[in-house]
Amino acid sequence: MFSFLLKRISVVIPTFLGVTLLTFALIRMIPGDPVELMAGERGVDPVRHAELLAQMGLDKPLLIQYWHYLTGIFQGDLGTSIVTREPVIREFFTLFPATLELSFCAIVIAISIGLPAGILAAVRRGKVTDYTVMGLSLTGYSMPIFWWGLLLILLFSVGLGWTPVSGRISAMYWVDEVTGFMLIDSYLSDEAGAFISAVRHLILPSIVLATIPLAVIARMTRSAMLEVLREDYIQVARAKGLAMWLVVCVHALRNALIPVITVIGLQVGVLMAGAILTETIFSWPGVGKWMLDSIYRRDYPSVQGGILLISCMVIVVNLTVDIFYGVVNPRIRHNR
Amino acid sequence: MQKNLMRFLPVLLLLLCVGQVQAKTLVYCSEGSPEGFAPQLYTAGTTFDATSRTIFEGLTHFVRGTTELEPGMAESWSVSDDGKEYTFKLRKGVKFHSAKHFKPTRDMNADDVIFTFERQWKKDNPFYAISGGNYEYFNGMSMPALLKEIVKVDDYTVKFILNRPEAPMLANLGMDFAVIQSKEYADAMMKAGTPEKVDQWPIGTGPFVFQGYKKDAQIRYTAFKDYWKGKASIDKLVFSITPDASVRYAKLKAGECQVMPYPNPADIAAMQADPNINVMEQEGLNVGYLAYNTKVAPFDNVKVRKALNMAMNKQAIIDTVFQGAGKIAKNPLPPTIWSYNEATVDDPYDPVAAKKLLAEAGYPNGFSMKVWAMPVQRPYNPNARRMAEVIQADFAKVGVKVEIVSYEWGEYLKRSKDVNRDGAVLLGWTGDNGDPDNFLAVLLGCDGVGGSNRANWCYKPFEDLIQKAKVVADPAERTKLYEKAQLVFKEQAPWATIAHSVVFIPMTNNVKNYKVDPLGGHIFYGVDLE
Repeated sequence: MFSFLLKRISVVIPTFLGVTLLTFALIRMIPGDPVELMAGERGVDPVRHAELLAQMGLDKPLLIQYWHYLTGIFQGDLGTSIVTREPVIREFFTLFPATLELSFCAIVIAISIGLPAGILAAVRRGKVTDYTVMGLSLTGYSMPIFWWGLLLILLFSVGLGWTPVSGRISAMYWVDEVTGFMLIDSYLSDEAGAFISAVRHLILPSIVLATIPLAVIARMTRSAMLEVLREDYIQVARAKGLAMWLVVCVHALRNALIPVITVIGLQVGVLMAGAILTETIFSWPGVGKWMLDSIYRRDYPSVQGGILLISCMVIVVNLTVDIFYGVVNPRIRHNR
Repeated sequence: MQKNLMRFLPVLLLLLCVGQVQAKTLVYCSEGSPEGFAPQLYTAGTTFDATSRTIFEGLTHFVRGTTELEPGMAESWSVSDDGKEYTFKLRKGVKFHSAKHFKPTRDMNADDVIFTFERQWKKDNPFYAISGGNYEYFNGMSMPALLKEIVKVDDYTVKFILNRPEAPMLANLGMDFAVIQSKEYADAMMKAGTPEKVDQWPIGTGPFVFQGYKKDAQIRYTAFKDYWKGKASIDKLVFSITPDASVRYAKLKAGECQVMPYPNPADIAAMQADPNINVMEQEGLNVGYLAYNTKVAPFDNVKVRKALNMAMNKQAIIDTVFQGAGKIAKNPLPPTIWSYNEATVDDPYDPVAAKKLLAEAGYPNGFSMKVWAMPVQRPYNPNARRMAEVIQADFAKVGVKVEIVSYEWGEYLKRSKDVNRDGAVLLGWTGDNGDPDNFLAVLLGCDGVGGSNRANWCYKPFEDLIQKAKVVADPAERTKLYEKAQLVFKEQAPWATIAHSVVFIPMTNNVKNYKVDPLGGHIFYGVDLE
């Protein structure tokens, strides 16, 4: 187990360095510079342009800039946003709890519905249930998120008035930030109705964000379950007279979960990277929208720092999944 | 029966009182997050809405809904005969806001005015470098070249001494970068070792007091009860940050916000038909244009430029690109600005005459050219690509073959400034201060060649007129000069002036007294809720 862990962790370092280099290079390959973008149609004279580039450290050779960036990382300094002049780390961790909260709710919905749906589809293979589940999951996977989100807003928020339109909480509440998680902070606040408002604001964005992972999990679960249900030991269990639900949930599911866990881990990574479209539609102040705005503005430190931090989260999640995978499947950790 | 009524009377009275003292809260669905809370450091309208138009005020400011100047922090001023000295008498009794970490001990005075400007100007000022030290607008309006000295005459009198006369100076002082900051607050924060707090937690003299900001989510203000003009009618103001226009509309319909900016053009008809929504509109202080590069053939020939102008069907552009939310531009100035010349005659849409003129210019079979289309939506041009396609079709009818090119926005801005640029560029401008100089000198003056003057047009008769208008103090005389300049522009046609977009501000019916700001701001002092 120890050598398995060591192997997995040793891959992290080159991955990390690769991410820093790729991010640094890619953002600088996009044409346009931040000074021009800030100046807009007014423009800025060449002398002032050079001064401002020097202020931002962008006049130095690329290797020097990369070196400063790397050494900054090891000192815990990811730089300062060119636009807001705030430390990138502070900006990121101000917004990250919102993304985490939304991602968590979305993955809970995706797993709670996707897993049973996949199991049901596999058990009733070839029947109406199977076709319905697979049809719906394909639709969910194919649906443009923007359109889906707007549709739900128009129906449930504007039409029926059942849910709020967007945001994390009603504009009538001002909840002090304790943890950054609105559900917890609103619960801890002494404002009556704040918690209910926070819950209501989470409903639609969580459903929208959960749609694609739900579809993926359902299809993966069905596929994995079908493989396992064909195994001899399952036939033996059935022949011994065990109830179907016992065979499926106790014997089949555990083995079928192995590839499903990998897929869930990947989905969590994707969600934590910030669901840009969902955050935009629901005015959800998370890291996805922040990253997109930073790219548009050529806010190099924010893009570099943000992608690095998100990559670290994704690396940690995937490492955890790999380790968990090893725990669940002894063949993996003993390399058989 | 009477006994029951008497029993419930106190409760009824209490309910009545609660109803009466309930705070009036206006929620504005803002289109984006502010870059920060120090307007001196930034350039985006979103930032100015959240700061200079709520929390701060300048020596002068614009009468709500107009581009006319009125006294602000300065209650009066005088200008020397040579136009180089501006003496401001400051308003007495103007209070600064308080916060948990700062309580002002004095009223606004000359020290605050001097601090505000010297902070942006003098590199040795201790606050110059705080928060990055990048004062875009102060530099962009050429204030360092203009200012010679700012003198404190007494606690309530400040004199600005300029290096040269500058008639737009008062309008410049009404701009967002020129709002007055508190020196006392700055000194207190410097002493506390947190000078950056001056820019993170703003303290001003404006009608609304900053209460807090939840990044990318909400900004909260309360009405300043000691505001010198009188407390605002609304008690609480909330900016609910909502980037998507369709979602802003949904929030308006659901009653989650009362005012929203920048609606989708496609939604305007539905909004106007909605009995619960009032859509205010006004022509924006902007102009969209196609700038020919007058330094490079064939656009160095005025006949070619005039011919192309006549080949362009501007009404078709208004219909297809602006979807009716625009007005044909005949001048480089928008109609909302003073000195706009009504007498100018636009180039008529006449492809036959255009072809004839091209032949006279030596191009009977037309020629090939590039039209640069912006990759982004701007207030003066909602869809440059589409506009370029319409122009391409129009020019084809007179034998001119157009290739549409585009670049990433920052790159577009950079490359389009090149004096040797190949082709005509679609661009535009939104006015900063309601002064015609801000359009004509910036966009068409000789100093702008290779920069903001995308036509690279330097024409002495025009230049002489606008330079004279810069130094003349009398508005009537300035008006005459600018009117003449517009006629010269029309003769020479360095641009095809295309359109001024119309600004729409939808709001719920209970919002009263809102005025559309021609300068593009969203101002809530004076607004009431029914």
